[in-house]
Amino acid sequence: MSSLHAFAVNDELILADDFPTKLSEFTFFDDASAQVPSEGVIPYELISTLFSDYTYKQRWVYVPNNKKAEYKEDWVFDFPVGSVLIKTFYYLYDERNPKLGKNLLETRLLIRKEDQWHAVSYAWNKEQSEAFIKKAGKTIKTSWIDQFGEVKSVRYRVPNKNQCKECHAANDIVTPIGPKARNLNKVYAYDEGSFNQLTYWINKEFIETTPLEIVSPVDWTNEDLDLDSRVRSYLDINCGHCHAPTGSANSTGLYLHLNENRDTHLGIFKKPVATGRGSGGFLYSIVPGKPEESIMLYRMISKDPGIMMPESGKSLMHEEAIVMIKDWISSM
Amino acid sequence: MKKIIFFWSLILLASLTVSAKEIFIEPSDNSQEEVQTALIELSSGDILTLSPGTFVFEDGLSLDVDEVIVRGSGINETILDFKNQMSGAQGLLVTSDRVTLKDFAVADAKGDAIKVIGAEGINMINLKTEWTGGPKSTNGAYGLYPVESIDVLIDGCVAIGASDAGIYVGQSKNIIVRNSVAQYNVAGIEIENSYYADVYDNLSSHNTGGILVFDLPDLPQQGGHHVRVFRNKVIDNDTDNFAPEGNIVGEVPRGTGIIIQANSDVEVFDNDISGNGTVNVSIVTYSNETQDENYNPHPKSIQIHGNRFGEGGFDPDVETGELASILYELSGGEMPDIFWDGVLPTSQIIFGQPDVERLVLSNNGDATFLTINPIKFLLPFFDPVERDISKYDGEIRPLSEITINSF
Repeated sequence: MSSLHAFAVNDELILADDFPTKLSEFTFFDDASAQVPSEGVIPYELISTLFSDYTYKQRWVYVPNNKKAEYKEDWVFDFPVGSVLIKTFYYLYDERNPKLGKNLLETRLLIRKEDQWHAVSYAWNKEQSEAFIKKAGKTIKTSWIDQFGEVKSVRYRVPNKNQCKECHAANDIVTPIGPKARNLNKVYAYDEGSFNQLTYWINKEFIETTPLEIVSPVDWTNEDLDLDSRVRSYLDINCGHCHAPTGSANSTGLYLHLNENRDTHLGIFKKPVATGRGSGGFLYSIVPGKPEESIMLYRMISKDPGIMMPESGKSLMHEEAIVMIKDWISSM
Repeated sequence: MKKIIFFWSLILLASLTVSAKEIFIEPSDNSQEEVQTALIELSSGDILTLSPGTFVFEDGLSLDVDEVIVRGSGINETILDFKNQMSGAQGLLVTSDRVTLKDFAVADAKGDAIKVIGAEGINMINLKTEWTGGPKSTNGAYGLYPVESIDVLIDGCVAIGASDAGIYVGQSKNIIVRNSVAQYNVAGIEIENSYYADVYDNLSSHNTGGILVFDLPDLPQQGGHHVRVFRNKVIDNDTDNFAPEGNIVGEVPRGTGIIIQANSDVEVFDNDISGNGTVNVSIVTYSNETQDENYNPHPKSIQIHGNRFGEGGFDPDVETGELASILYELSGGEMPDIFWDGVLPTSQIIFGQPDVERLVLSNNGDATFLTINPIKFLLPFFDPVERDISKYDGEIRPLSEITINSF
């Protein structure tokens, strides 16, 4: 018997045909503005994360009572019907002083309904008291103060339902990207103490078991690690969901997921196919030793929607990653 | 004021009676949200009708619902205007099956105008894609761009100003491109890495190159074959190449009528081909290096017959790529109507080409021809240039007509 909690997640609404207008109706949070989760909604972190215009992301997973997710090799856990992955995007008002609070932008949900996964996003109101469904997406013009005290402005885009699928699709079926066992294999500071997330999930009976040895991607921000591993980890999580044989960019022949090892398909001396002005006048995706002639770097640097990569979810350049990719191509 | 009116009608589908709705939308200050919301909330069988007028968008639009119709009131009446586009790599993206798009125009998209990925069935009827500032390298790459799709119909469309190809069908199967006009693009119409295509009754003029049938390596689908190009007017392709460098079409010289590269079973007949200043027809091998062992860079089983050739080769564009300069040098300035580079796999140079793979050139009026004899090319003291077209006369083995599953 599950305990009667004042704020139990609304399982019925999760499985309903349509989505509620307000995020609060799901009751994922005890205190939504403060992003305090309800019982059974467990926070998690990923080792390597997707760049989204310098937003911070807070993630939770909800698995209905008495149900379990199943481990899949090289893939995300197979979550049971009724599970939800919850991700809130926010800026700190002032990165120098986190106590000044969070500017909540949107909360994205991936909901495992009876038929398949469904993606939907809720945008937070100005008062930060409620988030409302935005099936067609939304533009949020906002700003924050970065760690150097500089004001950064951004035209942040809440993706529409179809744009969610552009990345979250494998063979045209909506799927989560992040929660693969290998990407969860790290310590998280829970309220009860610090534990490896996979161990914690086993203890919580979210999952049965995982293999003893899991090869994980590295945290690309850790400069002590070797450059090639950091870059491949970054490319995997930022590009590899589309640029894979199962992804929506498979027609390009450029594959950047962790398991690709063929030089041409990784971009080395690979000619563009349907790139148009995305080529920037350059001949190859990667010219070893010459980042300034490599289309990959050119498209990372651009903010022009007809040129830039990734195609969506980006309106600012990812400066740190650009430096890393530049070093990587130079070192080839 | 926004005005969305719902009309309900009954459509008999098989033995099922389902209620399909028709949604009307007029332009407003909130077109982005209204049109995108409608595209998301459509159900199979529904029709979205965009009224006459100009709809202005800041972001790309996308459609992922099967079996719907999105239509306007005509290519000069309903304009989807993307000149203020801030995000999205194309104007309109379609990722669902059995969709019909008709009677509207997409203008000044920042990337591709209309892209269709992985559709099983797509009708693109009476559409226009245009970059209104004329040919510029900053224009988007493709106008009409179905890729990895099956059963593709492009009918009565107009494509203007694309910095790659106006009408581009890539890595697809069962394709009809007809009654369409491609002008002021780098490539007018391009069929790439595709199987079973009929391209007919089109006008391709004032592009850099008129019609391209290409195959490229290192892609999920390659080995392009069975392409018929007939009853088209491929005339006066005279726009300087404005493709961004690096793209394969950036190597196409101004004034190329039809190029066939690395495909097999291509039949080109009953076309009017004239006014192309570099060469009217060119048949070539893919000349860049590739490590792809599954790729065949050579064209084979190409048949060109019964075409009407007019003036060609009068203004070769030796500045762009290698084709025109090589041809100009080989021909001593007497440019042919039809050029074949003569490049064969080594085994075929030595042992000869199987009859069925031979190039056939028949009944093309007084069209002139030039090819390079590969053996003579390798030996000293021989002139490798051959111009006798009669050697290539042969029986035509017509390719079958393409049928697509209509819906």
